[in-house]
Amino acid sequence: MTIIYLITIFAMTVFLGFELITKVPATLHTPLMSGSNAISGITIVGAVGVLLTHLLIEDVGIIPFILGAIALFFATVNVVGGFLVSHRMLEKFRGKK
Amino acid sequence: MDYQTLEATKDVFVALLYLVSAIFFIVGIKNLAKPKTASRGNRIGATGMFLAIVTAFIDFGLVVDVQNEVITSQFQYWYILVIAVSLGALVGVWAALGVKMTGMPQMVAIFNGLGGGASLLVAGVYYGFELARQATLDVPMLVATVLSGLIGAVTLSGSFIAYGKLQGLKIVPDKPVTFTGDLAFKLILLVGLLGLGAYMVMTPDTTFWYWLIVMGGLVLGIFLVVGIGGADMPVVISLLNSYSGIAAAATGFVLGNIVLIIAGSLVGASGIILTNIMCKAMNRSLLNVLFGGFGGGTTHTTTDEIYEGKVTSTSADEVAMILESAQRVVIVPGYGMAVARAATPVRILTEALEKAGIEVVFGIHPVAGRMPGHMNVLLAEENIPYEKLLDLDTVNPTFAQTDVAIVLGANDVVNPLAREKDSAIAGMPILDVDKARTCVVIKRSLSPGFAGIPNPLFANDNTLMLFGDGKQVIEDLVKAYKEL
Repeated sequence: MTIIYLITIFAMTVFLGFELITKVPATLHTPLMSGSNAISGITIVGAVGVLLTHLLIEDVGIIPFILGAIALFFATVNVVGGFLVSHRMLEKFRGKK
Repeated sequence: MDYQTLEATKDVFVALLYLVSAIFFIVGIKNLAKPKTASRGNRIGATGMFLAIVTAFIDFGLVVDVQNEVITSQFQYWYILVIAVSLGALVGVWAALGVKMTGMPQMVAIFNGLGGGASLLVAGVYYGFELARQATLDVPMLVATVLSGLIGAVTLSGSFIAYGKLQGLKIVPDKPVTFTGDLAFKLILLVGLLGLGAYMVMTPDTTFWYWLIVMGGLVLGIFLVVGIGGADMPVVISLLNSYSGIAAAATGFVLGNIVLIIAGSLVGASGIILTNIMCKAMNRSLLNVLFGGFGGGTTHTTTDEIYEGKVTSTSADEVAMILESAQRVVIVPGYGMAVARAATPVRILTEALEKAGIEVVFGIHPVAGRMPGHMNVLLAEENIPYEKLLDLDTVNPTFAQTDVAIVLGANDVVNPLAREKDSAIAGMPILDVDKARTCVVIKRSLSPGFAGIPNPLFANDNTLMLFGDGKQVIEDLVKAYKEL
């Protein structure tokens, strides 16, 4: 993929992000933060990627494999914990409308 | 179908699946930002994540080898992936379900840090692969690698320092740690790391420089956050949240993966917006928060002049009597309520007052507490209805019609000095509790808040000070009120 294409996607998404989240009520600050935090765990895709790609490359040894596994572990904690914590908070907000 | 076509078909299929998960993230974030749809937004985001992970397994796990005309699966070491994911999921569930609402800021900080850590590891490992493959490395990819390592490292160590401050660990003081020339030190370190990065981009032959940048980034993250006081943590946490997104986006550039770029930059943007909201609520610039060394707890000579002979101390019984004749009560919670774990007695008091037909609402300052929306989370935990939690602009005009304003463990956010030009907190929007007929301040002592300045509110004629531990005082108050 050409770099200019990626930069275009990046720039458009940043603008989209600013448009989407302009007026956020204070009550949602924490859930929005932990929810978006979970989304930043998208690196999990990269971690799966490097672990599975590892076998295609010769002579890189075991260290990248271990680092990749740690990355996968970190990202999974981030993703699972982040979504679950937001879910818990939002359920509390929802209970009594 | 020949293998060339097969490979092309797989690429299109994978790209479409990534696109669908990116759309899930966009719709998810959009919904998360609105009260009615927030819960659904979170679920949509989680669904997008699940789809993205499945797609990653197809993308990297099934490789079409065009030369040898075979499809190879890369799952020989599948158990490593299963172990890492299961352990991660287990820890994630355990942490998310086990954490008390009072511990939420720390939890979010840790999750942030882990995201940043994962990004820097992935970028570094991939960079090593590219070197081993002797692939031609273009400049943009190398720049992204450097940024991912640097930002990821700052996010990782910075988040753990923030965790330490929020958790109240002894080794990480709540107050800003500053030393002579610390600003220069941080700047030199940053410039040095960027220089190192530039060198790495020009001569990409070993991963050594990358890991050196990561080490430097970890040190930078520690010094950046350790120099910021506990009460500025809402800004720090939102900023680190933004960084974790930017690090993920940078890793996306390294891997050439659009779903990482889209998800990462969405989070980056939302984090920046939150950071901005927090800074505005304190009328301070981001640079001032990051490098201002604000809140060093410097004592002012004027403290005695302000308080001497003017502070009226009161008792729970007296306040209970005032409350009995009130029609409208506004409770203004601050970090002190979280520390004293006083949210439950506050709810009991609220219920008792409402039973007697008194209107009770909460006035919540955007930076009250240590995390954006901290007070809202604590009060929601106590099942206090969402409509009773009023923000600054809504509650302020109503103080003139309020009989009693109860300030519970808040200080700077109700300091009238903010209205004066030359004070440390000049221009910060405050809650106008002094306009209520009576203002009761529940606090352990007259000690200054985070800004390190005295609060003339405590010396006002219509202010009554109720000294003591927040939880104990509210419990006494409930008891006294019920005995009337």
